[in-house]
Amino acid sequence: MTEMLSGGEMLIRALHEEGVEYIFGYPGGAALHIYDAIFKQQAIEHILVRHEQAATHMADGYARSTGRPGIVLVTSGPGATNAITGIATAYMDSIPMVVISGQVPHDVIGTDAFQETDMIGVSRPVVKHSYLVEEAARIPHIVKEAIYIATSGRPGPVVIDIPKDTTDPNELFEYDLPDSIELRSYKPAIKGHVGQIRKAVRALLESKRPVIYVGGGVVQGNASSELCSLAHKLNYPVTNTLMGLGTFPGTDSQFLGMLGMHGTYEANNAMHHADLILAVGARFDDRVTNNPSKFCPDATIVHIDVDPASISKVIAADIPIVGQCKAVLAQMLKNLDEELNGREIDSEPIDAWWEQIDSWRESFGLDHGLHKAESGSGKLLPQQVIQVIYRATEGKAYVTSDVGQHQMFAAQYYRFDQPRQWINSGGLGTMGFGLPSAMGVQFAHPHSTVVCITGEGSFMMNMQELSTCSQYSLPIKIVNLNNQALGMVKQWQDMQYGGRHSHSTYADSLPDFVDLINSFGHVGFRAETLPELEEAVELAFSDKHRSDLVFIDALIDPDEHIYPMFVRGGAVNEMVLNKYD
Amino acid sequence: MRHLLSVLLENEAGALSRVIGLFAQRDFNIETLTAAPTEDETLSRLTLVTTGDDRTIEQITKHLNRLIEVVKVIDLTDNEHIERELMLVKVRAEADARTEIKRTCDIFRGQIVDVTVNTYTVQLIGPTDKLLAFIEAIGTSRILEVVRSGVSGISRGTKVLSV
Ligand SMILES: Cc1ncc(C[n+]2csc(CCOP(=O)(O)OP(=O)(O)O)c2C)c(N)n1
Ligand SMILES: [Mg+2]
Repeated sequence: MTEMLSGGEMLIRALHEEGVEYIFGYPGGAALHIYDAIFKQQAIEHILVRHEQAATHMADGYARSTGRPGIVLVTSGPGATNAITGIATAYMDSIPMVVISGQVPHDVIGTDAFQETDMIGVSRPVVKHSYLVEEAARIPHIVKEAIYIATSGRPGPVVIDIPKDTTDPNELFEYDLPDSIELRSYKPAIKGHVGQIRKAVRALLESKRPVIYVGGGVVQGNASSELCSLAHKLNYPVTNTLMGLGTFPGTDSQFLGMLGMHGTYEANNAMHHADLILAVGARFDDRVTNNPSKFCPDATIVHIDVDPASISKVIAADIPIVGQCKAVLAQMLKNLDEELNGREIDSEPIDAWWEQIDSWRESFGLDHGLHKAESGSGKLLPQQVIQVIYRATEGKAYVTSDVGQHQMFAAQYYRFDQPRQWINSGGLGTMGFGLPSAMGVQFAHPHSTVVCITGEGSFMMNMQELSTCSQYSLPIKIVNLNNQALGMVKQWQDMQYGGRHSHSTYADSLPDFVDLINSFGHVGFRAETLPELEEAVELAFSDKHRSDLVFIDALIDPDEHIYPMFVRGGAVNEMVLNKYD
Repeated sequence: MRHLLSVLLENEAGALSRVIGLFAQRDFNIETLTAAPTEDETLSRLTLVTTGDDRTIEQITKHLNRLIEVVKVIDLTDNEHIERELMLVKVRAEADARTEIKRTCDIFRGQIVDVTVNTYTVQLIGPTDKLLAFIEAIGTSRILEVVRSGVSGISRGTKVLSV
């Protein structure tokens, strides 16, 4: 028997039947019918945020840490526009998300009605797809299709804009959720082309200086175990992009660290000197390639990606393979076995390549930039803070971050062994992402340790969510790398603008963060020295504070820079390695 | 290089704006664009004239395909094809100039579709270069108004773009 439901009820019912646990949202006029439908059910929990941008980042953190779509509900007009930054953030990093926005009723659309914004128009450049609901009865179908599109192929955010009349509680419709979705115009690739796979495997085997370069596509595509099998079987070096960290264990000896603008000396040099690059789920972002015309001059490029538009966009691929990373890597593994036919891989050329890489590693590896700490300026260094957090959490925490120097220090010094463990806004670089995304992660994993490594500038962009954390008792651990400045901006000004710190400092007007945290009912510590930090960290992660939100205000050396750093317009191996050389 | 792309698009509200938005967003160039439903009213057919090197055209094609509502894209310029554009031109046509204008029209196989005491409206169908040649032949000083439909194209022979 079919049930008769209102549009609002159908929306919530369909979301529930699609496996949704949480909706992150904020109410308002155009969404009130939907909120009433939420009130009348228990299947889905609605999380009341304090700002719609934060709702999108929460849904995003939930999605990044689980692989399931994050769901957001906002009202029309300002509610919808506040969500845009978070939608754009998810779009740039290919994160599955469905954003439901209330809209003014059909009969006033186009009249500049109160809180009317053309959400479909405003969001168009930053969504994978969007729907304006025309008939209430179509809502279940649209929900199912939206989730399918958001999660399949190259994932991304989808907007459903729902005019208020289509959720009217007095108008009932037969509820009909389709079993599956079939779209003639959308058929994401799965397997790779067999001939291309064979070519790629041969190129891999012939290579003498290979590098496997892995991006966020391997996280989103759940392809980490296939990737590790392939890399281990070949004993080839692996580097990760900022988005790919964790897909290959950070503690593995074959791991070269992150590449790119703030990548390691060994990763960037290996890329530059490689004769073959196997790019998997990575998109040759400009923060990775530096000057594309000088990029990896001797390398044959094999590029695996689910999105054909990513291939040969920036760097022309010699062997393009369109398909899901997981399926394609599995095909390559199988083909590799066939190709070897029981034969051992000739390790001689690889041994020489590894020797070269090891010497890069030893000369200017990551800790090279830490010599200042050893010289004992006495000030707390951001690198040390990350190392202390890494040890205290045994490398097992979910770590979210914001944008700036602290983000890069976290990416360099926390060794992520698992995909989905490291959560940050790579593509859009959205300050204010850290705290709300940590909240989304904590909702998804209530018993796991979730750490947000932030900077005071970024933290202040969404700190209103401390109130939401109180409401839902979220025991997040926040580590504020407080350099009393927009550190990354200040560093660029030091390096490129003669040290003129135009609008990048505000030391005298910062709040007392411990008092601020306390006022929300959370626990706060301040640390200015390494021993103070160690003590605060030990307490923060102790059983005593297991269920508390703890904020550590780590007052770090404000003059510290993040290195290595690309020389602008150079090749990938042209880097500034520290402040003094 | 000039390319003619044919696109089959779901005939849905908002679909065309995504196509146009894409060109603006990624700084791709559009010279002309035509769009109308096909014999199957659930589908629209677009013909897009654009210019770019092979890399750019490849990106345009890939990004068009990435739009959920785009069903198929082909580059007509890859193969033999027919392209036509319709143009309406209103020209000053005083009594002593009429014979000359008519003759030019005949040469270009144009039709005079509206006449007033001192104007002619000429309809011309053909590939873009023919239309431009007509404008040149008539002379811009004589032209009051030009309306072009944009190019529509179809491949020659048995090759068909369909779902
Ligand atoms: C919303 C937003 N606005 C501006 C920027 C540009 N930006 C990048 S890093 C940065 C400074 C970040 O300061 P903070 O959070 O204190 O981190 P720090 O670099 O000091 O570690 C700024 C302003 C950005 N990424 N996001
Ligand atoms: Mg700062």
